[in-house]
Amino acid sequence: MTATSHYPAATIAQQIETHTLSVLVDNEPGVLARVIGLFSGRGYNIDSLTVSETEHEKHLSRITIVTRGTPMVIEQIKNQLERLVPVHRVIDMTVAGPHLERELAMVKVRGKGEHRMEALRLADAFRARVIDASTESFVFEITGASEKIESFVALMLPLGLVEVSRTGIVAIARGPEGM
Amino acid sequence: MNQEMTGAEMVISALVDQGAEHLFGYPGGAVLPIYDALFEQDKIKHILVRHEQGAVHAAEGYARSSGKVGCVLVTSGPGATNAVTGLTDALMDSIPIVCITGQVPTHLIGNDAFQECDTVGITRPCTKHNYLVKSIADLPRVLHEAFHIAKSGRPGPVVVDIPKDIQFARGLYSKPREFQHKGYRPKLKGDLAQIKSAVELMRHARRPLFYTGGGVINSGREASHLLRELVKATGFPITSTLMGLGAYPASDPQWLGMLGMHGTYEANLAMHDCDLMICVGARFDDRITGRLDAFSPDSKKIHIDIDPSSINKNVKVDIPILGDCAHVLEDIVRLWAASAKHVDKKPLEAWWQQIAKWRARKSLAYRNSNELIKPQYAIERLYELTKGRDTYITTEVGQHQMWAAQFYRFEEPNRWMTSGGLGTMGYGLPASVGVQLAHPGALVIDIAGEASVLMTMQEMSTAAQYRLPIKIFILNNKYMGMVRQWQELLHGGRYAESYMDALPDFVKLAEAYHAVGIRCERPGELDAAIREMISVDKAVIFDCVVDPAENCFPMIPSGRAHNEMLLGDSAVSAEEAITEEGKVMV
Repeated sequence: MTATSHYPAATIAQQIETHTLSVLVDNEPGVLARVIGLFSGRGYNIDSLTVSETEHEKHLSRITIVTRGTPMVIEQIKNQLERLVPVHRVIDMTVAGPHLERELAMVKVRGKGEHRMEALRLADAFRARVIDASTESFVFEITGASEKIESFVALMLPLGLVEVSRTGIVAIARGPEGM
Repeated sequence: MNQEMTGAEMVISALVDQGAEHLFGYPGGAVLPIYDALFEQDKIKHILVRHEQGAVHAAEGYARSSGKVGCVLVTSGPGATNAVTGLTDALMDSIPIVCITGQVPTHLIGNDAFQECDTVGITRPCTKHNYLVKSIADLPRVLHEAFHIAKSGRPGPVVVDIPKDIQFARGLYSKPREFQHKGYRPKLKGDLAQIKSAVELMRHARRPLFYTGGGVINSGREASHLLRELVKATGFPITSTLMGLGAYPASDPQWLGMLGMHGTYEANLAMHDCDLMICVGARFDDRITGRLDAFSPDSKKIHIDIDPSSINKNVKVDIPILGDCAHVLEDIVRLWAASAKHVDKKPLEAWWQQIAKWRARKSLAYRNSNELIKPQYAIERLYELTKGRDTYITTEVGQHQMWAAQFYRFEEPNRWMTSGGLGTMGYGLPASVGVQLAHPGALVIDIAGEASVLMTMQEMSTAAQYRLPIKIFILNNKYMGMVRQWQELLHGGRYAESYMDALPDFVKLAEAYHAVGIRCERPGELDAAIREMISVDKAVIFDCVVDPAENCFPMIPSGRAHNEMLLGDSAVSAEEAITEEGKVMV
């Protein structure tokens, strides 16, 4: 007989899943540190994180976190987040129903001649906008699902990609209901 | 009515309005305005400890034994960092604490000022919640909110960090009133449909078992009362975690003793073989479950807990009931009474017969000696000679703690104060200070190990200052006993650094602290010595010199299941029982 661990993770082999969580919090000092500290302290993953105040009168911020784990861990993450005093609600968008996920990226490309023209043509195909231009560079703004941004960035790489700045994923449920 | 006052005065007013009577603390530069305000009043009695860790442990003992919030006041920087162990301890064991820390003035925060530290940053992971108050207008609300959060839901420690300029600033103070926190609203009542399904499972269970924990104690005396009522009504056996001892009387025949790593044979085998586990206010801690994939394989599990993150964390349960123990138990008791008539008692009788066989194994038996005091014998005698009294027990951490849990028999809740989750050596002595202050006439005993007690020995000075007749009952085996036991079982008997060389003379040490020292080395003299300890109306350090080689059994070795226990006189040697994988665990 093989001895296994006292600790849960090693004994139950479950599938790792990616989930998107929307977290409504009081916008007070330290609230983001509490959320991030919870993830690092308990060994959870953060693939992407965005945060901004969304209801100014009520001082509420919305945090969108993309995380990975077994279903049991994902449930733990949700429960642990809900236990934090400034957290109002946690919605697991991935299980709550149909929802939209978008990301915004700004992509800087440097080049001349044919590379420059090709970059513009591809940007057009991806519905990316030019928001800054010089004689040897462009900054494109592109929004969409993460995969779309990934493929756009990959295409820009041989055309003189300089750098990318991304917002991380924001999510919202389809239909008339709010969070 | 709003009243104008300074921030320091608000702290005192809030403590008074929240019903606090004692404040455990240690002064320093950043809290001097609050100490000045304390000086000018007589409603709050300040207890001067000798180290900030002691202040928090004392407040924990006070809170755990009285059901009230324990209050702490420490200065900035080292004052706050010294309190961290106590705060973490209170978080792990769900003890309501409000800890006020001084901070450097607002304009100096972030400048690496003298005795500055990032208190809210450091204490964020070891508190239920914390605050840095940067405006006098926020202070009254924050103070009242801190008490509300500390004592409601799953209780825990709350830190309020107050910069010195805010303590001097003047503002309007208002009394606490009923308020709803914006987001924080713990759920008390359990879901009735879930409770009905739970009662349905209980009605058809053939091998049921109650597994209860510290949540029952935290829920208040009513929860213990309802638990007793339910256990009696159902006739089911009951076991408890370390933290839950006393919620159900140990003298009752339905009591199986404590479960877990050093729990009884009958409790652990009943856990393993039951077909229905009713977990009330416990959290499936690794000391309880042992090997997880072999944990109670054939049972349906009901879990009552106020903290949703405790449910399905380690063990997947069938019926989770989110709510306060007392509220949920009340519903179960009522529903059970309505449906119990139709329960078939036959399977339960067979289950009790099986349990009787396990009990007959007498897993707590030990070989007594006429020469050396066996630590188990010492606790048994201590129990026999104190059981009729108004007694409160605190402990340190280690073998003595487990022997106390096994051999001291608790009949009532709030009588047993121990560091369960964090396992903090040095908890018991300061905790006994807090317990004695909450219960001035009671007999308060810290069952200690000679290694643990030296970690917070300085608090004997606190006991002397306030004439607290605490009894420090040291099971002195000259080893860090539990470390030595693990080294014997897991590391080939190589006792690396676990021998307590150059121990102090505890009798002289007692005298140095204006207390009474008693040493006892012979079993025949033990009763008289314990009687003497009880009769002395002063603090006592009792140096009970015990068999240094004694091990704490039964024991579930690391990485093993409940039905693979080691017993004291087991034929299997410990070396064989623990696998290579087991050795890496703690």
